[in-house]
Amino acid sequence: MKIAVCVKQVVSREWQLRVDESNTWIRDQDASYELNEPDAYALEEALRLKERHGGEVVVCSAGPARVSQVVREALARGADRALLVEDDRLVGADAFATASALAAALKDERCDLVLTGLQSDDSGFAQTGVVLAETLGLPHATIIMEVQVADGALRVKRELEGGWFQWIAMPMPAVLTIQSGINQLRYATLKGIMAAKKKDVKKVAAPDLAPQHEIVRLYFPEKAKATRLIDGAPADAAKELVRLLRDEARVIS
Amino acid sequence: MILVIAEHLEGKLNRASWEAVAAAQQTGEPVKIAALGAAVAGVAAELAAADAAEVIVVEHPALAAYTADGYVQALAALVTAEAPAAVFLPHTYQTRDFAPALAARLGRALLTDCLGVKADGGGRLFVRPMFQGKLHADVRPLGPSPHLVTFQIGAYRADAAARGAAPAPVRTIAGAVDPAAVRQKAEAPFQEAKQAVDLSQAERIVSIGRGIKGQEHIQVAEKLAAALGAELAASRPICDAGWLPMERQIGSSGQTVAPKLYVALGISGAIQHLVGMKGSQVIVAINKDPDAPIFEVADFGIVGDLFEVVPALVAALNG
Ligand SMILES: Cc1cc2nc3c(=O)[nH]c(=O)nc-3n(C[C@H](O)[C@H](O)[C@H](O)COP(=O)(O)OP(=O)(O)OC[C@H]3O[C@@H](n4cnc5c(N)ncnc54)[C@H](O)[C@@H]3O)c2cc1C
Ligand SMILES: Nc1ncnc2c1ncn2[C@@H]1O[C@H](COP(=O)(O)O)[C@@H](O)[C@H]1O
Repeated sequence: MKIAVCVKQVVSREWQLRVDESNTWIRDQDASYELNEPDAYALEEALRLKERHGGEVVVCSAGPARVSQVVREALARGADRALLVEDDRLVGADAFATASALAAALKDERCDLVLTGLQSDDSGFAQTGVVLAETLGLPHATIIMEVQVADGALRVKRELEGGWFQWIAMPMPAVLTIQSGINQLRYATLKGIMAAKKKDVKKVAAPDLAPQHEIVRLYFPEKAKATRLIDGAPADAAKELVRLLRDEARVIS
Repeated sequence: MILVIAEHLEGKLNRASWEAVAAAQQTGEPVKIAALGAAVAGVAAELAAADAAEVIVVEHPALAAYTADGYVQALAALVTAEAPAAVFLPHTYQTRDFAPALAARLGRALLTDCLGVKADGGGRLFVRPMFQGKLHADVRPLGPSPHLVTFQIGAYRADAAARGAAPAPVRTIAGAVDPAAVRQKAEAPFQEAKQAVDLSQAERIVSIGRGIKGQEHIQVAEKLAAALGAELAASRPICDAGWLPMERQIGSSGQTVAPKLYVALGISGAIQHLVGMKGSQVIVAINKDPDAPIFEVADFGIVGDLFEVVPALVAALNG
């Protein structure tokens, strides 16, 4: 089975966000980056499917040159090779532009399965995987928490709201968007990191990208609710909080 | 005209549909509401109470159970025939499943998870969260209309949807669905085995997020829970990592709670978490990031390191 996994590089959670001079994107020159969290779960699921059914795992990422970092990480965790659509215009690109870049890399690969994360931590479109499915002419299912493959067909467990689930059956090839928590992640070993250095990373040219949206202004939201912030050293702040909860809010005795 | 796509599960209308209706009405444009299914007369009658130009029922046996392919086919035909100025939807899990494919098939822009609408000359800007809600963006959709827009759950109030003086006319049309082209086969929705912990009854909850750093630190929060007489709960990443069982997860894919006191430790306050706890009577947030969105819903907050603040709190409570 040939499985592609789309992985996005996003600014790391610990990095302090700042808005750039244009007020349309973040000041990311000195940012630290990481693998988008659901994509790590998608990669892990692909590696497990390969262990069960044999085949190959191909990672695919679109973005500026720096995204080779997450590609290397995916290779170190066990992916076999990589496709990289390198183009600076992909920074902050909308889901259609991103999906067409990914489709350009994947269209001739004839994968049995394409996995993406359900949503990116930076743009948060929750679209790219589904648009990619439509672009490639493949069926899809989203927010997936279990993948079963038998006789060339798929049965996947889709998460619904509030603790409900649903099984969906589908032919392959197909695109699935993977939810965090579908499996337990493995991390790269030293051996994996060494092996990754020899793995093939193929660069693919980005197609023409017609933007579907324009960010006019990016900003920290104005606070709508007045939170009573308690200052001071931890011990003093703690005492004051306990007093407020007891005497004013009356939610503890 | 703005076309709102309503959502229902087996004949029960999803309340978020009213939120999308409210968003559409507030633009000042005429509103039509569509509902898809095999037998949705009840849903249509409910929707007809809205102040709307029309309720359109799109019926086809292949739409009896939701599938992405069925919905995309039927809605692509409907949107093409109605030619609305925009299509509004609630940002539910179901919308996430079909709307991007619908937009791609129509070749139209889709803006997701929007919080509001702003005037932009003759057009509109849509406010959407980015970077996990830490930043907001005013976004202009590009390309030909109709643009598709989904609204975050809770961004508009369902009870703000205006009701009409008389029921809106209901028109039923045959859904343009080729059942042979529906590739997904959906089985009936189910819930996992009954949960052992029912957090919805808890009076006080101490909830931990990724700020707790490691499973070995959970005892820090447990001590606070013991001192407060509270149940322990968590954000999704904690349960994903297996540090606490899934049944203690709060949020859109976990439990919804409304205790007297909810203490969020090292939780950023992503919308999927907030929907599960923002109805709590008093919310306390302890987070080292003053810009964390959790402070948007907190009544009391301490900006600081939970590993310093929580032991101090335990001491203050026990002292
Ligand atoms: C479809 C879907 C469904 C989802 N369902 C749910 C759900 O049901 N429930 C849920 O919770 N999430 C859910 N999520 C995930 C959600 O989007 C967030 O990713 C998640 O809630 C983040 O968890 P967190 O706040 O613990 O982690 P983070 O976002 O990583 O936040 C950690 C916080 O800890 C703070 N911190 C770090 N160290 C310290 C310290 N020493 N002291 C104090 N503060 C510290 C940081 O400042 C940060 O604010 C869902 C996502 C999707 C897409
Ligand atoms: N630039 C990219 N490169 C590779 N994969 C991407 C990229 N952008 C989005 N994806 C994939 O699409 C998913 C959904 O992203 P989004 O639509 O931005 O929320 C992510 O979890 C990734 O798997």
